[in-house]
Amino acid sequence: MKPVLLWSDALFFLLIAAAVGGALWASRIPQLRQSWRKVGESRTGMAAAVLLLAFLGVAVLDSLHYRERLPGEGENYAVEVRSALDALLAGLRTRTERTYSAPLATHSFAKESLDGEAGRDFPRLVHGGAHLGPDPAGRLTDLTARMIQGMGIGVLAWLALWLVAAPLRRAIPGLAWHAAFATLLLLCLSVGIVATLAQGYHVLGTDKVGQDVLYLTLKSIRTGLLIGTLTTLIMLPAAVALGLLAGYAGGWIDDVIQYLYTTLNSIPGVLLIAAAVLMMQVAIDTHPEWFATAAERADARLLALCAILGITSWTGLCRLLRGETLKLRELEYVQAARSLGVSHARILARHILPNVMHIVMIAIVMDFSGLVLAEAVLSYVGIGVDPNTISFGTMINTARMELAREPMVWWSLAAAFIFMFALVLAANLFADVVRDAFDPRAAR
Amino acid sequence: MLAYLIRRLLYALPILIGVNVITFALFFVVNTPDDMARMQLGVKRVTPEAIEKWKAERGYDKPLFWNASAQGAKKLSDTIFFAKSVRMFALDFGRADDGRDIAREIGLRMGPSLAVAVPVFVLGLFAAISFALLLVYFRATYLDFAGVVLCVAMMSISGLFYIIGGQWLVSKVWHLVPISGYAEGLSAAKFVILPVIVSVLAGIGSSARWYRTIFLEEYTRDYVRTARAKGLAERFVLFRHVLRNALIPILTGAVVVIPTLFMGSLLIEAFFGIPGLGSYTIDAINAQDFAVVRAMVFIGSALYIVGLLLTDISYTLADPRIRLQ
Repeated sequence: MKPVLLWSDALFFLLIAAAVGGALWASRIPQLRQSWRKVGESRTGMAAAVLLLAFLGVAVLDSLHYRERLPGEGENYAVEVRSALDALLAGLRTRTERTYSAPLATHSFAKESLDGEAGRDFPRLVHGGAHLGPDPAGRLTDLTARMIQGMGIGVLAWLALWLVAAPLRRAIPGLAWHAAFATLLLLCLSVGIVATLAQGYHVLGTDKVGQDVLYLTLKSIRTGLLIGTLTTLIMLPAAVALGLLAGYAGGWIDDVIQYLYTTLNSIPGVLLIAAAVLMMQVAIDTHPEWFATAAERADARLLALCAILGITSWTGLCRLLRGETLKLRELEYVQAARSLGVSHARILARHILPNVMHIVMIAIVMDFSGLVLAEAVLSYVGIGVDPNTISFGTMINTARMELAREPMVWWSLAAAFIFMFALVLAANLFADVVRDAFDPRAAR
Repeated sequence: MLAYLIRRLLYALPILIGVNVITFALFFVVNTPDDMARMQLGVKRVTPEAIEKWKAERGYDKPLFWNASAQGAKKLSDTIFFAKSVRMFALDFGRADDGRDIAREIGLRMGPSLAVAVPVFVLGLFAAISFALLLVYFRATYLDFAGVVLCVAMMSISGLFYIIGGQWLVSKVWHLVPISGYAEGLSAAKFVILPVIVSVLAGIGSSARWYRTIFLEEYTRDYVRTARAKGLAERFVLFRHVLRNALIPILTGAVVVIPTLFMGSLLIEAFFGIPGLGSYTIDAINAQDFAVVRAMVFIGSALYIVGLLLTDISYTLADPRIRLQ
């Protein structure tokens, strides 16, 4: 086994490190600490945070990549790049059927002519409910038994987490722990049930080529989260630096920066993204020698998409920061610092940056959900991630004609939409709580 | 006022030039015409002669910025930058890869785009403002809370869901309207109605919530308290005072998109088979037709700048305190 660090993994871990570092830094600044405490006291905030952390956990597992060692002599590694999540879900990944099958089904969705029999019938699935033997009469009893077992496992896991987190709850009292643990209980129950059922069935059915839909949706989470977070990481330094500079320096610097973002803003976002993605595709296609594996190429495309989305989305934050800095620049404490001879760089870093952090914080969380939704749309239009990257957009794209089938195939679409809905709803609710906590106008 | 408008229009010029330079850089510097030719011709047929022929047919066989071999003013004008980018200011967009005149195509496709985009804009604005006013009227009650929850839930659903779900429910299950397509004249209505409803539904969550915040902010003002103190009925406070004063932030968001309505909606048009500018752009993207994408980027930015200007003018109409100088 050889670990592989894709560029997006590296940036993702860098981002998590930055978030942890930022949290430590924020905990030393009283007003930021107070705001975060307000987020923690909100029941919605804590519930949404638990859900987001669960999604984040899946994404982190899916970012630990490696290449398997091939059997035989010498140092040979498989071409496919797998992740820790793939290893964890190896059962789901390898238990493929021939084609569509409904959730928890034991028989295929379409009739086929069976060997040695007259007429056509629904063939038995290779893996779905295989443990029931040739006659799946006991399916309902088996399903119920597994669900009860799954619930038991879920409750046990929840109790364990509850006990492990006890010191944490004692250390920071007053937060909305009840809401957090109620959400966690629901999460543990559903994960427990799904995990037990998934041992013997395809919980969310299989898609056209027989892949397990549950596996595809879990893999999509990483793509969505990456687009939502890396885009911000890429645009943030530019937006903050230029916004502060424009507001603080004024004069021709301000003019140039304003011109820059008005120009970028005036290009219709989708078209700029489309044009840039188109160009990037030409560049990637004409230089196949840049990438060693298909995973690297897909990864480069994902990163490029993040960069492009970042270029189109930094202007809003930049304008907000410029306006706020213009206001702060004239305040007494900044004037005082200047008359005491504090250098410009130090004023920006010590006196202005901490006081615009709330805007940055709000922008990060507000942008996230929009970016996750945008990924699906862009991939659908064909200017999103690489078609081989599993994402909500590519899932919806491959399933687009399935509702028109007779009888219709609804589970791939439903799974993609429900998971995306859960992720975006949690992000939206969390963003609302963060905005309420950090926005000085909403305070008190 | 006139002087202000002229000055604003002059400001727009450098922005348009900037847009042009950016798109030019994207299309010609990042990827040379040779790369594009190779891409278009496919791997099998790439020969140096084929590339030269492809470039010559489309006028890409010139230098990028400076033609040293030409005479006089031609040194500047006989270049790709001049031929492909500067001429757009004269609304000369050239030809698409299939040989059709882009300007004529745009003229033809504007109608269907507007037939969807205008009703979406008007109905969407009306629906969102009405819903927001309703929530504000019942503010701080369970009805308001339920409405906000509904808004957040609706804006968390992917736009693709509304489209796919709407097509499935209305066209496939209920057989009320055709799934996709378009017709000229009045019969367009049956093709347009579903995309309009879907777009309004998809947009109402976020906009209604935003308008609600604006209205609530107005509610904390002193003049509202005065109005109530003198005994005005709640509906008069709401419609005469709050709504009118909240117009400015609403205008900022709404007026700026009016000119861009011409561009249509990429997604809706592609899904519902409406032959507008949006689907034209999508087709161009999929066919990698750079001339069309470039023209659409240029028109889009020009319209956006017009929108900014219209926003400023609408301020003076909505609020007599604002004067443009």
